Amino acid sequence: MAACAGLAMLAAPSAAHDYKIGSIRVIHPWSRATPPVVPVAGGYLRLINLGEEPDRLLAVSSEIAEKVELHESTVTDGIARMRPLPGGLTINAGETVELKLGQAHIMFIKPIRPLKEGERFEATLLFEKAGSLMIEFMVQGMGAQPAGKSGHEGHGAPPQ
Amino acid sequence: MTGLKLFRLIVWGAVAVAGGLFLGLSGLMPGQQRGQPAITSAGIAAIGGPFKLTSHNGEPFDNARLAGKPYLAFFGFTHCPDICPTTLFELTELMTELGAATDRFNVIFITVDPERDTQELLAGYMTSFDERIVALRGTQEETDAVVKAFAAFARKVPLEGGQYTMDHTAGVYLMDAEGKFAGMLDMHEPRKTRLQKLRRLAGGNT
Repeated sequence: MAACAGLAMLAAPSAAHDYKIGSIRVIHPWSRATPPVVPVAGGYLRLINLGEEPDRLLAVSSEIAEKVELHESTVTDGIARMRPLPGGLTINAGETVELKLGQAHIMFIKPIRPLKEGERFEATLLFEKAGSLMIEFMVQGMGAQPAGKSGHEGHGAPPQ
Repeated sequence: MTGLKLFRLIVWGAVAVAGGLFLGLSGLMPGQQRGQPAITSAGIAAIGGPFKLTSHNGEPFDNARLAGKPYLAFFGFTHCPDICPTTLFELTELMTELGAATDRFNVIFITVDPERDTQELLAGYMTSFDERIVALRGTQEETDAVVKAFAAFARKVPLEGGQYTMDHTAGVYLMDAEGKFAGMLDMHEPRKTRLQKLRRLAGGNT
């Protein structure tokens, strides 16, 4: 019974799924459900630098995987490529940087278990200036796109 | 005199043989161009040639299995966090939406990373996608051969710490019922366009 109550509390969603540390806002960290056997999983989020100076996402750590790296995917001339970003990811003053499908992303290498839709897992982001921040990734469906994509991103569609 | 004549004959003979060899070889070369499908005089890319691989269920699987039906072929690997699972997932959704028309074509997923993509790994991986999609792997030689047969691109790129990643053709090959190249499916093009391409490939009015 006590365990059930504990689980229910853990499962309670936080109202707005975003975080702030120093000048950095972290919006909607999410990951996608994986096949039952999978060597890697991606992590996605949006970073906004509200400060006057550039900052850098240096590293990500999480117990969900053996190793966590920052990577960048590209498709150029029909060829898909992926490369690590060993120097991290710079967020210039006043800028927004998206870690999203098919671009820069967090790579969870050898997840300790498959990710299931609806669950959450913890991770820590380390910024050069803002310091470290613990966040939760929401696991969305396997075909999921970032929340809000259809509503107000990209093509000038009016907000609902 | 006779000696000199004989010598000339031998020299010219050698030139002719070398020239013939060169012409013959250059005629065989188009498949070697990386990433660029060879174009025949009819303007149809000569890709999708014979291959011999093994399915994720452990059955031998060669191009003869695909004869008489259009098919889709995608090159990827499981250590690929977004493009590969996204493509397989979207193919799954397109196949569901197409309904009965889906049964008029086959879909194969060929791993370009047979070293890490074991049959067991592929079998587990494929349970997340439409069960009609067949994952195929081969030995390194068989993999190189199928990549070449489709004039696809696959390259191992070493990373730090002894790890590696694969660069690979991102699009999905559309092959007609005669096994001829019929175009590419790009997962970035509108869903409507992709559905149209698949309906056209499948034929019929569905």
